[in-house]
Amino acid sequence: MKTDSNLKETDTGVKVKLYYTPEDLAEFAYESSLGDPGKYPYTRGIYPTMYRGKLWTMRQYSGFSTSENTNSRFKFLLEQGQTGLSLALDLPTQLGLDSDDPLARDDVGRLGVAIDTLSDMEEMFDGIPLDKISTSFTINSTASIILAMYVATGEKQGVSKEKLRGTIQNDILKEYIARGTWIFPPQPSIRLIGDTIVYCIENIPRFNSVSVSGTHMCEAGASHAQSIAYPFLTAITYINEVLKRGYKIDQIAPLLSFHLIAGGIQFQIFQDVANLRAARQLWARIVKERLGAKQEKSMLLRFSTGAMGSGMTEQQPLNNIARIAYYALAAALAGSRSFNLPCFDEAYGIPTQEAIRTSLRIQQILAYETGVADTVDPLAGSYYVENLTDFFEKEIEKEMEKIESKGGIVACIESGYIQSQLLEQAYEIEKKIQKGEIIKVGVNRFTIDEEQREVEVVKHDPEILTRQIERLNRVKATRDNGKVIECLKDLKKTATEERNIMPCLIDTVKAYATMGEIVGVLKEVYGEAEQPRFI
Amino acid sequence: MDRERPIRVLIAKPGLDGHDKGAKVVARALKDAGMEVVYIGLRQSSDSTLSTAIEEGVDIIGLSILSGSHVPICRELLERMAQQDIEGIKVVVGGVIPGADVQVLKDLGVSEVFRGGASFDDITQAIRNIVRGESKEEAVPKEGKQG
Repeated sequence: MKTDSNLKETDTGVKVKLYYTPEDLAEFAYESSLGDPGKYPYTRGIYPTMYRGKLWTMRQYSGFSTSENTNSRFKFLLEQGQTGLSLALDLPTQLGLDSDDPLARDDVGRLGVAIDTLSDMEEMFDGIPLDKISTSFTINSTASIILAMYVATGEKQGVSKEKLRGTIQNDILKEYIARGTWIFPPQPSIRLIGDTIVYCIENIPRFNSVSVSGTHMCEAGASHAQSIAYPFLTAITYINEVLKRGYKIDQIAPLLSFHLIAGGIQFQIFQDVANLRAARQLWARIVKERLGAKQEKSMLLRFSTGAMGSGMTEQQPLNNIARIAYYALAAALAGSRSFNLPCFDEAYGIPTQEAIRTSLRIQQILAYETGVADTVDPLAGSYYVENLTDFFEKEIEKEMEKIESKGGIVACIESGYIQSQLLEQAYEIEKKIQKGEIIKVGVNRFTIDEEQREVEVVKHDPEILTRQIERLNRVKATRDNGKVIECLKDLKKTATEERNIMPCLIDTVKAYATMGEIVGVLKEVYGEAEQPRFI
Repeated sequence: MDRERPIRVLIAKPGLDGHDKGAKVVARALKDAGMEVVYIGLRQSSDSTLSTAIEEGVDIIGLSILSGSHVPICRELLERMAQQDIEGIKVVVGGVIPGADVQVLKDLGVSEVFRGGASFDDITQAIRNIVRGESKEEAVPKEGKQG
């Protein structure tokens, strides 16, 4: 009580005391509130040994222009000690457009690799045995097609489906909220996600079929609590889609993973850590109590963490290296299983090799030089952090209830409610930064006159488009077109009859049908989404 | 003052990138600064952007581009405007734009480029100057009231 008068409002609006005492943890009891790492409700971590048993996976988002370039980049990263591959796909691939589509022209191979047919995927993983690596695909509306191609590539390498490891993002709802690569309306999109989850349950047990993301929502303006609440509601939507097909929660929950925020424009080190600890315990409770899971592995909140470009400043770009290091520290203190850090030159364009390597080195320095990985959940028992953890658990629940009382997450996306809510929040944050009410070093404090604020930028090679279209034409000229037509007909029938499209999709990609041909057929069945207007 | 109607701005996200926070936040700020803003959203082509701009009678088009494809997008849009003899509509661009490309865009006919550090005030003021204060004598007064 004595400290209450000293409340300070932090940049996120959360009020904190001058200091915390045992009074702030009056109801705290070790066994019921916390428990050991690896024990329900897993606040301290989902595994008993955490980083002592296995360090976090070090991934950096990468992927360039064509499958050949990406293949050599992947080999470079593996030699550098990276333990998982995180793949960026270009926007046309994410939107189901072939490289020769007029709408695709400016974006082919620009933000990632272009995948038109299975042939591109085969070349990308040439000499990289799929049973030795774990690949994370940032792909959503066309995730089922990319998964089909990955399975087919493995098959051609002689790797059986059970041995494939990796993640497809496959989280469509946040695309309507924050990221924008939707194609079909929400309902059929959710059904497609159901198809991929069911296929993974039956065939690829080690593959994470959905990575539900909160990081994008933070970029779009979500608060800490909303950045957990919305992905949880999203995950429950996908789970319900699979439950109604006769599967059990204990078959579904272990396949889900999450990508949650540590860092970014609203970064507050202790709040970020507490928010993630709260998320872990709340998810365990939701899956056990609300969804009725029996098995422990269903209750584990498996998450990677990331932060994206919005926390990176254009001014004094080297300052971003310090920011990235603090983000990484928060991720480690929160027990994240895999970190995806932004790069210091992010405000300038696609990160350079040097910037990507620096972000990887930040992770390695943290892991091997600082001792952060030596003991599990080192902040446990802190009056402040435990108090904040409880606070965030309640806040997340409140945000979930708010959306559920308005008809649920799908309705709130269709009406544009969530999008306009986040826009107002993002606008407020930006205004506060511009007024100097939120301090950003180098931006509104400690600024310098920078004559030359340039860092090296990756140049886009206009030849990429020509080469990719040539590749596509070559594939089209050598494939069995009769077979393609046959497969596409089957696909349409399967989609119309609402049967699981995955087996049919795998046959279709193996016939070298293009992304655009496949999506074209699915659009005929599912229709296309419309953008809600809310400005 | 009543001789001046509010400045009308069209904000679009051309190309395929879906990260529209910047576009929407700037649209909000321009509205708060008294301008009339038409936000047409994602995946806009040059043709869809121009036809809406003409229909809505806007003074200026603001493009938000983060994907790196700003040069080809602007080149196409400005070529179309020249072909169709569209005069009196200015074009500004914001987003992740490398410094070296700023002059390239201006040479194509883009009136102003707003990079990562630009503030709402910078953007508002520049748009007022571009639309209203083309000759130096007519520089917009600081109080800049809207009609």
